[in-house]
Amino acid sequence: MVPVSYYLILSAILFLCGVVGFLIKRNLITIFMSIELMLNGVNLSFVAFAAQWHHLSGQIFVFFVMVVAAAETAVGLAIIIAVYRTRETLNVDQVNLLKL
Amino acid sequence: MLHLVLFLVFGAICVAGAVNLLIQRHPISSALSLVVVMASLAVEYLLLGAEFVAAVQVIVYAGAVMVLFVFVIMLLNAGEEELTKGSRVAMIVGVPGVLAGGLLIAWVLIHDSGGNAVPLGALPGFPQKIGALLFHEYLLPFEVTSVLVLIAILGAVFLATKPETPPAPTGRKG
Repeated sequence: MVPVSYYLILSAILFLCGVVGFLIKRNLITIFMSIELMLNGVNLSFVAFAAQWHHLSGQIFVFFVMVVAAAETAVGLAIIIAVYRTRETLNVDQVNLLKL
Repeated sequence: MLHLVLFLVFGAICVAGAVNLLIQRHPISSALSLVVVMASLAVEYLLLGAEFVAAVQVIVYAGAVMVLFVFVIMLLNAGEEELTKGSRVAMIVGVPGVLAGGLLIAWVLIHDSGGNAVPLGALPGFPQKIGALLFHEYLLPFEVTSVLVLIAILGAVFLATKPETPPAPTGRKG
């Protein structure tokens, strides 16, 4: 028997790692991977809550999150390729055209 | 007991992979540690009884999505990231945000009553049940996501194709 809160703590740690990576990483692709890490942490909490309340809806939501994440990955990586074509860099510090 | 040991071992692998993702400077190393995180998360899903979710996690996330990532890293020939000072906004907003999240985790840890423990395989998510739920109760969201995926495919193709080279100026040939 493992308390559900253990799973929630693990998912929170994963989410926090994603947030930290999003803030400290300077490579576009790695920032994108941090977002995937956050989505994975949320998925774990969905499954944990589904087990706690004995309702399969939580697992269904995981599928929807996965579909949205896959679509987001496809479009996001295409945008990264387009950015690289025009700016010749993957460093976010040098992609600053909209910055004041 | 076995449940707890498995949870702790794969949870530790999971967190180690996530931290390694942050430490590594080369995108390929980060991508491979993300694969480790996703694979060990699939084991955590199995422990909770979500068998189908675990299979889909391995196939879709650790398989398809990560292959896409690795392909793009290789296509763009991404090297090690340069060390630069982070943005000021990230420091001002990010540090308190991360601190608040960490405090929330600590709060949950302290206030953990120990109740609500789930046994091994608490809620078996067999494909049959998942499918029945997906195609009856959640039919509309299912169809909407299919449209979303279609739009995403079109958008990805449109964005990633090379812009056409402008046609050669006519009339110069005379």
